[in-house]
Amino acid sequence: MRGIIELTQVNKVYHGAVDSQVLFDINLSFEAGTCNAIMGVSGSGKTTLLNIMGTLDFPNRGDVLIDGKLVNNMTKNQLARLRNETIGFVFQFHHLLPEFTALENVLMPHLINRWRPSREVIRRADELFDMLEIAEVKHSLATKMSGGQQQRTAIARALINNPKIILTDEPTGNLDSGTTDKICQGFREINRRYGTTFIVVTHNHLVAKHTDRIVEMRDGRIISDTKSDV
Amino acid sequence: MLAFKIAVRFLTHGRTQSILILVGIAIAISIQIFVGLLIDSLQRTIVDRTIGNSPHITISSSTDVSTIRRWQQIVYEVEHTKQVKALSPSATGNAFVEKENSNLPVLVRGFPFSAANQIYNISNAIYDGKEYSSRREVLIGRELREELELDVGDKIVLSIPRGGTVTLTVSGFYDLGVASINKAWLFTYLETAQELFDFGDRVTSIEMTVEDVFQADTIAGQLKQQLDNNDIVIENWKDQNPELLSGLEGQRISSAIIQIVIIASVVIAIASVLAISVLQKSPEIGILKAMGINDFNASLIFLYEGFLLGLVGSLAGLVLGIGLLYIFVFFTTNPDGTTLIDLYLDYSFIVRSWLIALTASTMAGVIPARKSLKLNPIDVIREG
Repeated sequence: MRGIIELTQVNKVYHGAVDSQVLFDINLSFEAGTCNAIMGVSGSGKTTLLNIMGTLDFPNRGDVLIDGKLVNNMTKNQLARLRNETIGFVFQFHHLLPEFTALENVLMPHLINRWRPSREVIRRADELFDMLEIAEVKHSLATKMSGGQQQRTAIARALINNPKIILTDEPTGNLDSGTTDKICQGFREINRRYGTTFIVVTHNHLVAKHTDRIVEMRDGRIISDTKSDV
Repeated sequence: MLAFKIAVRFLTHGRTQSILILVGIAIAISIQIFVGLLIDSLQRTIVDRTIGNSPHITISSSTDVSTIRRWQQIVYEVEHTKQVKALSPSATGNAFVEKENSNLPVLVRGFPFSAANQIYNISNAIYDGKEYSSRREVLIGRELREELELDVGDKIVLSIPRGGTVTLTVSGFYDLGVASINKAWLFTYLETAQELFDFGDRVTSIEMTVEDVFQADTIAGQLKQQLDNNDIVIENWKDQNPELLSGLEGQRISSAIIQIVIIASVVIAIASVLAISVLQKSPEIGILKAMGINDFNASLIFLYEGFLLGLVGSLAGLVLGIGLLYIFVFFTTNPDGTTLIDLYLDYSFIVRSWLIALTASTMAGVIPARKSLKLNPIDVIREG
């Protein structure tokens, strides 16, 4: 079965005073509707791999297929549209726009290619706010929310366009264990309800144990790929 | 639409910064508008007071004979020239007014009153008595009146150079605001002057004003071609006042330089504020790009910011600049209470200035917009 993300012989070298190769011949495929973790110590290449899967970075060699489309030769605008429609991002730092309310932030990916939000998308936003238990801060500015609320708003934002893939990089890096657990349960709930594929980069075993599969990396190579027993 | 909404929110959220730059733009544009309109008003006042009540183009004889032949034909042709506003034939000659033991030299100027009035605005200049209404009546200037100690209804005796004297009755007194004219010119009927100087039915000049005084030389050139008459010479005020013109031109250039410097400073101020804004907002721009906003729309945010700052700032500047001008005109008066300069609001200049300010402000957004194009979401996300 073809994966929703397929990486073939992906290599990445950062050129500088001294060239540094961070990914070596990565072959990896993720099935649609699964929840996956990529683990590894700092500098193992996991974030670079995630950025390449998110079309924010590009391999020097190798092919990247997202939802069946080869992204290697896409233009910047085509990549922007692909990201907007197919991929949602959740980063360690929420990166909410402080000038906008939680609801406006959540609707933003939808409004990138549209004039105004449809009723359906507003209903979806409400549903996400309820599911992530942040309905009470819907009309608050991002700066008036707690760290957990901000991160959950960022998750709702990543989901608003109903993307097939959610890529997250240390989504709970700044949160306490209680909030971390809540967010992980939120991921699972979304995964179950919408069939969204999750790829979570983390070094936190508590997060990884919520996933179906753990890919472990070291020095730019995959050293293990195991199914977990969630 | 999203780019516009984000631009508005960026500006309203960083309110202090936006207000400061808006005040800066408004002050700069107000000075630009103030200087531009002031210089324009000043120039128009100077021109108006210098040539406003005098002919802009004069046709006279180029031959040894001072009078013009077939002048009616010339008047007919000139009357049908579009740009000519008012036109009057004139019979003018030198004479002397007798005063006790001496004679004062004067210039007798014969005009059809209504025609001459459109050029010299004599009706408004009459401060005592009335216009001439019979062939033996004459209007006298303020300085000459004082010299001769005359009143309305008094008689003056004119000595004509070819011999003989004529007695005329004073119908009134004028003040054209120019002492040399007030002292020397006598206004009377055209026919009276023709008779005094033995011109027959001829005239010595045809005088006219035109709609746009600065086009006087061009119109004079057109008339020369149109009339194609070697017996006449056509002169215009611009050729007769080169010093005035060069003074006006100097003013115009200095005003233009001041305005250009102001606009340049507005552009630099907006560009630098927006360039800082790109740095401040790079996390937001980075995440928007990660979410799928394309480079063009991301850069539009900064163009809209420049446009909005320019729009609000320049409108405030316009109001402030015009207000300043009114205050200036109100508080700067001559000793007699009249305004030092006449206020002219050149609407085309105002609209033009506003459009330039708006375009320049929007263009000031181009530098930060280009900067935002280069923003890579990964760098932003990595830095947090």
